[in-house]
Amino acid sequence: MRRHSVLRVLYELLSSMRFAISLLVVLAIASIIGTVLKQNEPYSNYVFELGPFWAVFFEILGLYDVYHSTWFLFILGFVVVSTAFCIYRHLPGILRDMRSYRDSASLKSLRAMAHHAEFPVSGAMEPIKARILASLQGSGYQVKVLQREDGLMFAAKRGSKHKLGYLLAHSSIVLCGLGFMLDGNPVLRWQQLFGTKVAETRDLPQSKIPAASRLAPNNLAFRGNVTVPTNAEVDVIFINSGSGYFVQELPFSIKLNKFQVEHYSTGQPKLFASDITVTEKATGKLTKATVSVNHPLVVNGIAIYQASFGDGGSKLELMAWNLFDPAARPHLVNTTSLNSQPYQIGKDKYTLELGEFRPFNIETMDEAKAVNKEGITGILADVRSVKAERRTRNMGPSIQFKLRDTQGQAREFLNYMSPAQLDGRFYLLSGVRTEVAQPFGFVRWPLDESMKIDGFMRLRAVMLDAAAYPEIARRAGVKARAGGAISASSAADFERSVVWVLQRFAEGGFAELDRFLKAKVPEDKRKTVAETYIKILQGAAAEALALADERAELPFRPLDEDRSRFLMDGLVAISASFDYGVPVYLQPVGFEEVKASGLQLTREPGKSLIYLAALMMICGVFCMFYIRESRIWLHLTTERALLAISSNRRNSELDREFEKYRTGLAKVLDAASAQE
Amino acid sequence: MQQDSSTTLDVGVEAQGWSIRASDIVFGLLVLVVMVLAWQKLGTKMDYYEQAILLGSGIAVVAFGCFWRPARQFMVVCGLLALGATQLYQGDLARAGQVFWLKYLLASQSAVMWMCVLFVLATLLYWLGLATRSATADLVGTGLTWSAAAAALVAKLVRWYESYLIGADVGHIPVSNLYEVFILFCLITALMYLYYEQKFATRRMGAFVLPIITAAVGFILWYSFDRRAHEIQPLIPALQSWWMKIHVPANFVGYGAFSLAAMLGVAQLLVSRGILASRLPSYDLLGEVMYRAIAVGFLFFTIATVLGAMWAADAWGGYWSWDPKETWALIVWLNYAVWLHLRLVKGWRGNVLAWWAVLGLLVTTFAFLGVNMFLSGLHSYGTL
Repeated sequence: MRRHSVLRVLYELLSSMRFAISLLVVLAIASIIGTVLKQNEPYSNYVFELGPFWAVFFEILGLYDVYHSTWFLFILGFVVVSTAFCIYRHLPGILRDMRSYRDSASLKSLRAMAHHAEFPVSGAMEPIKARILASLQGSGYQVKVLQREDGLMFAAKRGSKHKLGYLLAHSSIVLCGLGFMLDGNPVLRWQQLFGTKVAETRDLPQSKIPAASRLAPNNLAFRGNVTVPTNAEVDVIFINSGSGYFVQELPFSIKLNKFQVEHYSTGQPKLFASDITVTEKATGKLTKATVSVNHPLVVNGIAIYQASFGDGGSKLELMAWNLFDPAARPHLVNTTSLNSQPYQIGKDKYTLELGEFRPFNIETMDEAKAVNKEGITGILADVRSVKAERRTRNMGPSIQFKLRDTQGQAREFLNYMSPAQLDGRFYLLSGVRTEVAQPFGFVRWPLDESMKIDGFMRLRAVMLDAAAYPEIARRAGVKARAGGAISASSAADFERSVVWVLQRFAEGGFAELDRFLKAKVPEDKRKTVAETYIKILQGAAAEALALADERAELPFRPLDEDRSRFLMDGLVAISASFDYGVPVYLQPVGFEEVKASGLQLTREPGKSLIYLAALMMICGVFCMFYIRESRIWLHLTTERALLAISSNRRNSELDREFEKYRTGLAKVLDAASAQE
Repeated sequence: MQQDSSTTLDVGVEAQGWSIRASDIVFGLLVLVVMVLAWQKLGTKMDYYEQAILLGSGIAVVAFGCFWRPARQFMVVCGLLALGATQLYQGDLARAGQVFWLKYLLASQSAVMWMCVLFVLATLLYWLGLATRSATADLVGTGLTWSAAAAALVAKLVRWYESYLIGADVGHIPVSNLYEVFILFCLITALMYLYYEQKFATRRMGAFVLPIITAAVGFILWYSFDRRAHEIQPLIPALQSWWMKIHVPANFVGYGAFSLAAMLGVAQLLVSRGILASRLPSYDLLGEVMYRAIAVGFLFFTIATVLGAMWAADAWGGYWSWDPKETWALIVWLNYAVWLHLRLVKGWRGNVLAWWAVLGLLVTTFAFLGVNMFLSGLHSYGTL
């Protein structure tokens, strides 16, 4: 008996309006959490952001995947249960109310209504009755006429579908909950709970993944991703689950025939599309189709979406330039992107870990370059034009890779293949960084007259070749004497200075010279000494450049402005190579692109339920707001008529309607009494 | 038995709402002609869905015109102005800066600037009317609001045409980014306000509704002068869908209605404290309009969210991904669901609901703007 009453109280609570409203508010607040805290990030990001203590605390609360956490699903479940109870509780009453005309309403209760009026009646009853009936039915009322003991009752109702709206909208929530539950794959959750299915956390080849982390093709619902390189074929996808993943086997295989990318003339992406062939395993049936964003393909109830794209392992040709061995010749490295291989530079062993190859890099140009036109008329003209100027440029192909030494320390590089124009000069850009979170710092390798890196590399070889220093010093001395900068007697000293400066520079570039200055030269003299060093270095470098050309058997070229700038860029680049971190520059010289397409595959059996629920919700909301339920009672005796109107909504519309019926009835009754 | 045909129980079908007049039929035929012409000219370039949308929008325009008759003249005038603009262009976008009528009135950006000016003036006039109890100022305010709304609609239509002049592959309906939807917001909110103004025969609510539109106008000006957001950009692949044509406008009926309700909530709260009470409509009437706005907003927001889910199922691989925009749409929906429950089921009236509607605007604004500014996700089309 006592237990029964507890259940009763629980039922009362769950089906109560107050509880339902509180739940909706709780659900709204809970939903906010997941939008404020980024969901499903790698755990290390959370530790970095929140600190080790709070990171653990937040994880226990399940805040990294709020919408799939148990407590959130509990709230959702409660909303559904509460709504279901609410329907169950009100259904009998609603059905009764929809059918009923409330024709047994007492006169007392009618008189208690806000909208009621009484009229004296005289004259013939029949025409009055007929007109009342006709006009009520004419304005869409269903009328029941009942001869009661106390008189004749016209009970009319209109807009019962309003109540249907309530049922539709609230059943929709229950249906939605069911659909959601179905798509949340309760079977897999159950299996995970009992440990028969476990998410894989190791990075294994697909074929080695154990059965406990593999899901059969008949799996109820899933959503996963797979990357397919051009001409490759896949028959599994990967489903993220917490910090691990599952392998979902498919009832078909997908082959990527071609991946298409198109851009607008302004550089923005226009089209991503995959030409695929789907082969069904059971029947061998082939389906060829093009999948693009907004145009998925559905096979066997599984929808295939275009989700992303990237490199699928392109063939690359890299020219390796040894930066510190002047005698070493460049050599070609043939490799493939997204792949790692051992790589030796001199005696040093490295692992070359190739990342993504990009065939183009479209960058937005500096906004400052696209400033508004001057003056008020200029600004107005600017704001009048809807045509955007082109503010993007293509930086050309690039390859990203890491060189990891035997200690496991890695540097990451981003090398561009095409020359980039900066401040009117052309360079090859090479980005370098030591940590993934850092931005790349760029080294500019200057290009020579024939737009090649070779001229710089020849200069660098001479500048780092100690054997060449006496010759460079001699030539610099000759030039200095000819220009009258030094006397014949000081020539030997000058040549020694040249060699000394070259040696310092070859040890560590400008930074090394600077270190020496700071260590050995008093502060007040540093500036003059530094200027002298730079002058000597520039003179020596000019001779080095000439010597490099001679060694390469190139014709003599005078030192014009173009060559001077090349020389300066060259010195800066040599200097920068000491901070480059590895003794090699891998210059991309050729590629054969292999694209890959990222596909998302989903099976959502609950989708049709959800859509049905959505339709019910819209119809229900419409019925509830826009179908006004109203009832009219007209109680008629030979002496008087009692009119009462009620509506589910007490507003000005009801006032107007009441006024109409009141005056209308008065007229009818007047007419009847006049004819008497 | 005598029958006097001159006396009937005087309750006509009007009580039910809709009735059809001769002018409705004329309007319907006009829309039909426009539809047929559009079909002949462009039908082959549209897919089935777009053809269905054309048909549906024709029906919607006729229904809207019958539902609210002043909208018919409005739509016809705007349509004619936009048509005139397309003729003046002669297929050359550069003429926007050369031809007088385009340069100073009809080119989309000129129309937007007119819209901005007219909305600001309308706000001032409504406040003047409120301050001086001047019916004339109120009347001028109404006229200015109509003109501003017309400028907004013309700007939208002409911009749509201009986008195709930039490039056949660039052309698209102008509801694809924050700048374009802000104009839509101004247009829809203004029209909804004008409807209630007429329906409830009071112009005094304008002093409260127009400021929110003026705030949007301020944003539009900043956004175009400072950020050059007015430039027409081509559509990224995710937005290349006919869903956009129905999802976005439906959403903005919701946003517009909720904003309008919030402003009426402010008015209602002032009246409850006796401030401006003698100049504003009654407390109950404000509450009633607020309820109606929230009801229609809720209906359209529900439709928009459902359409959004269906689009997401096509574009992102799932009808619901708990993306920040989706989640915030749910929060907004829940917020007004609770509001409606309290009013309709619990029978609440009064200041709590007014406060709730005002605070609801914060939630709505966050869903509309804040998500784009502070949260990242799939739905990042209108970043600031």
